[in-house]
Amino acid sequence: MGIEGIGARVARKEDKRFITGAGRYVDDMVVPGMKHAAFVRSPHAHAEIESIDVAAAKKMPGVIGVLTGKEIKADGIGNLICGWMIHSKDGTPMKMGAWSPMATDRVRFVGEAVAIVVAETKGQARDAAEAVVVNYKELPAVIDAVAALEEGAPQLHPEAEGNLIYDWEIGDAAAADKAIASAAHVTKLKLVNNRLVPNAMEPRAALGHYDKAEDHYTCWTTSQNPHVARVVMSAFYNVAPENKLRVIAPDVGGGFGSKIFIYPEEIVCLWASKKTGVPVKWVADRTESFLTDAHGRDHVTEVQMAFDADNRMTGLKVDTIANLGGYMSLFSSSVPTYLYATLLSGQYAIPAIHCNVRTAYTNTAPVDAYRGAGRPEATYVMERVVETAARELGVSPAELRRKNFITEFPYQTPVIMAYDAGDYAASLDAAMKAADYAGFEARRAEAKSRGKLRGIGMSCYIEACGIAPSQAVGSLGAGVGLWESAEVRVNMAGTIEVLTGSHSHGQGHETTFAQLVNQRFGVPIEQVSIVHGDTDKVQMGMGTYGSRSGAVGMSAIVKALDKVEAKAKKIAAHLLEADEADIVIENGELKVAGTDKTLPWFQMALAAYAAHNLPAGMEPGLKEGAFYDPSNFTFPAGCYICEVEVDPDTGTTEIVQFVAADDFGNIINPMIVEGQVHGGIAQGVGQALLEGCRYDQSGQLITASYMDYTMPRAGDLPSFTVSTSNTPCPGNPLGIKGCGEAGAIGSPPAVINAVTDAIGNNDLTMPATPLTVWAALKAATRH
Amino acid sequence: MSEIEMVVNGRTVTGNVEDRTLLVHFLRENLGLTGTHVGCDTSQCGACVVHLDGKAVKSCSMLAAQASGSTVVTIEGLADGADLHPVQAAFREHHGLQCGFCTPGMIMAATDMIARHPEGLDEKTVRSELEGNICRCTGYHNIVKAILAASETMSKGAARAA
Ligand code: FES
Ligand code: FES
Repeated sequence: MGIEGIGARVARKEDKRFITGAGRYVDDMVVPGMKHAAFVRSPHAHAEIESIDVAAAKKMPGVIGVLTGKEIKADGIGNLICGWMIHSKDGTPMKMGAWSPMATDRVRFVGEAVAIVVAETKGQARDAAEAVVVNYKELPAVIDAVAALEEGAPQLHPEAEGNLIYDWEIGDAAAADKAIASAAHVTKLKLVNNRLVPNAMEPRAALGHYDKAEDHYTCWTTSQNPHVARVVMSAFYNVAPENKLRVIAPDVGGGFGSKIFIYPEEIVCLWASKKTGVPVKWVADRTESFLTDAHGRDHVTEVQMAFDADNRMTGLKVDTIANLGGYMSLFSSSVPTYLYATLLSGQYAIPAIHCNVRTAYTNTAPVDAYRGAGRPEATYVMERVVETAARELGVSPAELRRKNFITEFPYQTPVIMAYDAGDYAASLDAAMKAADYAGFEARRAEAKSRGKLRGIGMSCYIEACGIAPSQAVGSLGAGVGLWESAEVRVNMAGTIEVLTGSHSHGQGHETTFAQLVNQRFGVPIEQVSIVHGDTDKVQMGMGTYGSRSGAVGMSAIVKALDKVEAKAKKIAAHLLEADEADIVIENGELKVAGTDKTLPWFQMALAAYAAHNLPAGMEPGLKEGAFYDPSNFTFPAGCYICEVEVDPDTGTTEIVQFVAADDFGNIINPMIVEGQVHGGIAQGVGQALLEGCRYDQSGQLITASYMDYTMPRAGDLPSFTVSTSNTPCPGNPLGIKGCGEAGAIGSPPAVINAVTDAIGNNDLTMPATPLTVWAALKAATRH
Repeated sequence: MSEIEMVVNGRTVTGNVEDRTLLVHFLRENLGLTGTHVGCDTSQCGACVVHLDGKAVKSCSMLAAQASGSTVVTIEGLADGADLHPVQAAFREHHGLQCGFCTPGMIMAATDMIARHPEGLDEKTVRSELEGNICRCTGYHNIVKAILAASETMSKGAARAA
């Protein structure tokens, strides 16, 4: 490894602008003539719109235009869609209700947009939005997915009878039933995976600019996925033709999945710019973000795990109801199905698995992918039930896991996935050692002497990253392929630009991708620039989510680098009068192996463009592109151990130790990878102990600000002990698996297993707030 | 409307603002100093922290008019020319940022915290002093590390200077 190449802990190139206040986020963009928008939003969870009166608002100071859903519809702008077609087990397609970018006749969640006001200033836009008079006829609302599927529940969409979107299954029901019927022991649990709000610190924002002279649209948006935004807005929503629409996602202040989706606001701002003749900027305030960002999780699950007399897992049966909110967001249907149920083998060899999933419409914000998307829900089910089983069987949770680990690869699970490589015992051992698992009982006794209840819990997660291959996801219902694109441009003076379809919103691509180039060609990372997030610069891309930037995005770069290298070697061989096969690239030079003949990189680059002396027939220039379509998912896995102390008087939980041992395959920049794990753990611990999105029965979001939704703060978290083992992924050229979601996947069950161990009551829901823990503790001591 | 005047990052600036204009909006919109961010509307997140007369304040929770006559330092004014402030340098060295959105507020809060604790800081103090700042990306682990390291450097520097 070089000092800047693969494996080096290089400080990030992009940090310079962020630490000096020179980052450029959408809200920082100013376009000449730009005006400001505010949305009129429904205060009701479920209501018919009887009338919208915009007359008074139009007369307010500074107002340029007030536009409603009827007008957007009249202009032929399409409804929002869900891009993953799921079929129910009876073969019928999922039931998608219409979602207009602004509601026309009915609203289905608090915060749904019904009109937009464009005015000179943001303050004026907001004032005028308050002057829009909407008459609503309130309808009964339903918040909870289980209740939404019950008879007599309020109906949300005429297309989805009984609010059921689909009733889907995977695996072999008969085999799983048989395993359970003949088991020596069956562990049963009912689990709720609490609803979360992603809460990227940068609120969503959009700036739409229609240029009349050019008949061209530009949209700056807080997107993880600008190319997909462009294709969806053009091909499906009819906002603009694809070749006349440029989508730019500049610096984006965190995404965690919530910025993959296309939301009504960017569509409406683009359209409103054309309608009003001015560039239109909208920036969400935090309460708008709470109300309208896609939420995450919200599953209710019943699980049964069967064991034989030797404590081997023989079968698993899972029944899940998932809440998809008032409308189906872009990826929503894939989350509780292909991203969830396909991981229900966990790290274990289980011969029979069956999972049934029903999804429901409710009068809540749409629910879609959030950090991990389906994988955290699956891991929570698996790791809570295994730990519970160990307690019931009276065996060590670590040993019960170890006994059932998959040890031979490749391994075909009964639920589609074929795990390519892994060493689960290695992560378990590493975590147990780092956590001094063996010394726990002594620590528990010591804590008891101080009046504290100490508990330990573990979780051995697996996830499927780098979502792929295109053909497979296509057959599963995805609307687009899931490859990635890259272009490598070697400039005349030898500096290099890498254009990638991945998008960085905190993951440090400008550094890691440059490290990859440095490793190949020896060009210093300062001379390598990474271009992303602009559909006018990068032709095509699939964005960043599901930890795909390394495994898929960098693999595309590798393919382009291969082509650049081949041509560079040809040029060097010609100039050095050597055989192409003898050229090696080392320390920024092209050399003839075994001789002292060398050609500096920049001279080769100059020669490519000067084109005075190139091999016969060679095209001048040095620029290559590639698309990479992976052959399989990648399977990061690891073991997390959490140790807590609970104060029995108050129910307060303190995390006294948190250990993560992950296997991410090969790693480009360990510093950045560790940072990803830290951030993921914070979100996972947040889910376990603090965060919960709550609606009241009428559908009002009662956690709609940071005063009510408990975001983890520095004082809520410990420092983390992280380590990695690196079983290379055989499926991609770099052996990378992906690291972005692990923390959020592995930590919730580890934390809850620890708290339940401490309090001696397994019946505990997330978030395990002091009140919840205290109540569970009282219930336990009563028994 | 109010006429206001203040010294921002060493430069005297004036403006005519609506009475309801918050300091953060004056900095961002009138002065184009977009390093100061808005992350919430309830004064909870700390993305907007600047120094007002040498003290860290949430610039979203005071009116621009209230700040008239004061000296303001924003993230753009923290470095000494091309030389990063030690807290900025420590955030980079210890990977105390990911998306960078909370970072200006974190750095401004950290600088103030270190100044108030010339005797040095420990992890517990740093964590409790960060009460007013939210980061969704880093899990705080590396932010805490960066602040401790910067405090160390700066108190050594102070000791040398003394
Ligand atoms: S924007 Fe000032 S505290 Fe959040
Ligand atoms: S670095 Fe993204 S919020 Fe802190």
